[in-house]
Amino acid sequence: MDPRRGPLAVPKVRRVGFFTSIEPSPETPRPNRSLSGPAEAITSSSPLSDSPSGQFISPVQIPPSRHHSDNLASRAAPVPVPGPSAFRRQLANDRALHVGSYNPVDSLLGTSPPSSNGEVSEDSGSLFGFQRSDSAKLSASFPNGGFDMTMRVRAPQESEAKVAIASTSDGRKKNVEASAGEGESVAAKPRKEKETKSLKEKTSKAERRAIQEAQRAAKASAKGEGSKRAGESSRPKPSKPAKQPQPKKEAPQVTSSVSEKRAVSVEKERRMDVPQTQMQYDDKSRVDKAKRRSVVEQTESKNKVELFLHLPQYERGNQLPNLSSNIFSLDTIHHAVYKVGLQHLAGDISGDNARCIAMLHAFQEAINDYTTPPMKDLTMDLTAKINGYVSFLIECRPLSMSMGNAIRFLKNQIRKLPVDLSEPEAKASLCSEIGRFIDEKILLADKVIVQHAVTKIRDGEVLLTYGFSCVVEMILLYAHEIGRKFRVVIVDSRPNLEGQKLLRRLVTRGLDCTYTHINAVSYIMGEVTRVFLGASSIFSNGTLYSKVGTACVAMVANAFSVPVIVCCEAYKFHERVLLDSICSNELGDPDAIANVPLRNNKKHSKTMDNNKNLQFLNLMYDSTPAEYISMIVTDYGMIPPTSIPVIVREYRREDLLL
Amino acid sequence: IYTKEFFLERLSYWAFVSAAQTLRPIKPPASHYLVFLFNSVSLSPEYSLSTSSPHRSPPSHSHRCRTCNRWCLSLLTSSGNVRLRDLKLQRDAPWSFLAVGAQLVAANPVELAVGNVVRRVLHIIREEDLSLATAAVAGLDLLDASDDDEDVNGKGIGYPGMSAAVVAAAARSTLRPPSLQTLLEGTPESATVPYTSSSGADSESKTADKSSITRKLKHDVIEGVNQLIHEIAGCHEQIAEQAIEHIHQNEVILTLGSSRTVLEFLCAAKEKKRSFRVFVAEGAPRYQGHLLAKELVARGLQTTVITDSAVFAMISRVNMVIIGAHAVMANGGVIGPVGVNMAALAAKKHAVPFVVLAGSHKLCPLYPHNPEVLLNELRSPSELLDFGEFSDCLDFGTGSGSPLLQVVNPTFDYVPPSLVSLFITDTGGHNPSYMYRLIADYYSADDLVM
Repeated sequence: MDPRRGPLAVPKVRRVGFFTSIEPSPETPRPNRSLSGPAEAITSSSPLSDSPSGQFISPVQIPPSRHHSDNLASRAAPVPVPGPSAFRRQLANDRALHVGSYNPVDSLLGTSPPSSNGEVSEDSGSLFGFQRSDSAKLSASFPNGGFDMTMRVRAPQESEAKVAIASTSDGRKKNVEASAGEGESVAAKPRKEKETKSLKEKTSKAERRAIQEAQRAAKASAKGEGSKRAGESSRPKPSKPAKQPQPKKEAPQVTSSVSEKRAVSVEKERRMDVPQTQMQYDDKSRVDKAKRRSVVEQTESKNKVELFLHLPQYERGNQLPNLSSNIFSLDTIHHAVYKVGLQHLAGDISGDNARCIAMLHAFQEAINDYTTPPMKDLTMDLTAKINGYVSFLIECRPLSMSMGNAIRFLKNQIRKLPVDLSEPEAKASLCSEIGRFIDEKILLADKVIVQHAVTKIRDGEVLLTYGFSCVVEMILLYAHEIGRKFRVVIVDSRPNLEGQKLLRRLVTRGLDCTYTHINAVSYIMGEVTRVFLGASSIFSNGTLYSKVGTACVAMVANAFSVPVIVCCEAYKFHERVLLDSICSNELGDPDAIANVPLRNNKKHSKTMDNNKNLQFLNLMYDSTPAEYISMIVTDYGMIPPTSIPVIVREYRREDLLL
Repeated sequence: IYTKEFFLERLSYWAFVSAAQTLRPIKPPASHYLVFLFNSVSLSPEYSLSTSSPHRSPPSHSHRCRTCNRWCLSLLTSSGNVRLRDLKLQRDAPWSFLAVGAQLVAANPVELAVGNVVRRVLHIIREEDLSLATAAVAGLDLLDASDDDEDVNGKGIGYPGMSAAVVAAAARSTLRPPSLQTLLEGTPESATVPYTSSSGADSESKTADKSSITRKLKHDVIEGVNQLIHEIAGCHEQIAEQAIEHIHQNEVILTLGSSRTVLEFLCAAKEKKRSFRVFVAEGAPRYQGHLLAKELVARGLQTTVITDSAVFAMISRVNMVIIGAHAVMANGGVIGPVGVNMAALAAKKHAVPFVVLAGSHKLCPLYPHNPEVLLNELRSPSELLDFGEFSDCLDFGTGSGSPLLQVVNPTFDYVPPSLVSLFITDTGGHNPSYMYRLIADYYSADDLVM
């Protein structure tokens, strides 16, 4: 306990020096730690041990990042020899115990490096590097990192438990049991114990393989991290980097060694939140593995667009019947989640907010119906379950950024659950937290945005909007309600024609509307005085990630010197960065484009079917450079796009820890 | 459909007008307009006499118009087409070559190619006349008498409106400027019927020499027009020949709209063993892109159809944007299929070359003003929204309070010259800033306003 607190004091210093984003973590954990003290005492009992780990997340965060770097380095240098860390020796005794119990070495090792780093200066340095690389890449990195930290700092048991969770979540295999058992066996220890033994033990073939893979992945994904501490523990960390590239696929490989698995799972957890970006579908082996595990049967489309091989391109229309017939046979997926998944798949729910809310409601329901299996820990098992749901949803349709953020929030809440809560209490608190998220971050935020945006609408203006955004709709309707006289230009585009939905709603309410298609946007832009756009996400470099075509509208508006106002709830902000629309995107159904009301349509579709040379590309999103955006209206006020990283940094914690 | 026979069937004025209007929706290639014009020229003798009644001709008709008219007359008479001399017909149909052109242009002012071709023909006529006139300057003295007659009759001085220095010099040498009317009114028959006194005077003053000149002129003009027809018909190949210089291996090319020129251009590069990939924007309400994609695929090109909204997303991976123009304005601006401006802006943003393919008949000698609106055509809203689809939510009961639902569906888009990297015409590649100079080659300054 004491040693842990020591590190706690340190984090404050770090805060100032390094990141704001990480800062909040130390604060929150402190209270947790106080709790944790008792928790650790209790740790001998398996179920309780898990919960504390969740609580402690924040304080430890910084060190784990460093671990990553360490891990990478260690992987690069397969030599298991640990660095000259004194703490390891100290802790070695404790560790021996753990090792004996079961393979935990990896997990322990993973935890150990941070403990070794116990010195503030080192940690901060590692953190800094880590965050840079990771935070940008992974939305999830922050919360996850926090999680890892807690694990390491604490007793090994916790770490193990967590690992188990991660593994379950990743692979969706139920390793949980084993891990839980481990967690129990392990006695809680201060940070400095552990690793030395584990390091050498680790070097099983499977592990090495995993390490190598991890290295490769790490190089690709996180170059910045890797180089730091080669000397330190080699094995626990490799697992983490491996996960970065593709968390899901790795899981099967890892299975060979339990320890590896755990490490991998930890890594996976970190990355979990941003699953869609990680999976590169042009990597065949991974895709195959993912396929084996997937609930949704997908057949790859025959005629893929070469430029987008890294995105999933599946034949449409055949999954739905299968899935709906399977609805009673699948017990791993809660029915509410299943329903939402099918709705996403079928396109019944569209719009980021709607999808996000539907998903959260489904999770609420699933949590309500959840009962912790005997011998398992609620935090671990529930997280695993949620991970399973999430990967199912991803199979149905890639998650939007906002959904990723919401999932991160939920997982954080689960981790933060106080140890001493009974199961019904925990469930109730989770559900209420979810409800609060929906209310505050989405519904209330929309109201605030409307209040802000309406001040930008004056009489006699001509407002242009693109596609369908519920926030923009609310703004327009509200402005109409309070008596502003203005005209609305709705620009629409194939194939979804969402603008017609908006048009119908506005016209019904008596607004004066003009409807046109996106090609005519430069024709109509001359008479427009303001452009209101919705957003799917805004990245920290100010790039607006939104419905495809938004960039065109913003660009033309910019060319005509018309101000572009983007309305976006702050929970959609994302710390990733994006430069183009190719690297990260979602592909829709190509047939939606192929089917057009042409006179000679029959011939057309015929040639399409049998001709390899003809492809149809149905992009769902595009990214608008920040320079086209005049202003972003968010629940924190009206800000320029350059302020996005500030918002993300300052308020991210708050969002996650809400 | 628009064969010579087709037009021959429509000899009456009104039939002709209706024929001109049938051009509107179908938009045949420019060479068809040319054939059409050409036929009208060769047919016009029947109406030629009507010009003789001055009160019938519109007040806007200038000397130049008259000259053109005379030119037409001379062409017609000399070609031996003159058979009918129906006086009623003459009165009903004020006719001149320029009027024919104006008629065609008025049928669809947005089809700038029609006006271009009319101007080209006028230019040919002027050029041929110029060369003949210089040769005939020597004989001008003989004609003075007839010129005087015309002035007396108040029919307007038939100054040919030629800008050539040679003619001006020749005119200076004589007391009066050379009158093309007098030169061309070679055939006695035509003169006698339409003109009362003046034609009589003309016919009296005619010489065998003159009539031969007229005949030669007519012949030359027909030759010139035939050449023009060939040029326009062959401009695709001429442009396509240059494809190999612009398209390289493994390039990615974005195009929109459906243009035969673009199709030939891409296929020519393909035939030269260049393998590249083409992105085609579908061209939303009319889906011209799908037609083009079909053609491209049929020719073995790797084609990807994208939505129009994805143009900006894809442009960062595109090496060149190639489009076919609807018209090229004198300032180097381009009128193209709707959505082109968006693509051009995106290309500019990503520094992707924006290449416009245009046959020389697409060159319009006008400088655009507000072309998005004035040189555009708004098509039926039903292409975007089905009729009645929104009738249920529109409230018509409240009169003034009822909301308006407008649907805008333009056909064309204007790209300012600053966004165009290169024009490829049948005479080679040109900068946008060079367009005004090309135009001077093809059109005579007098015809710019019709």
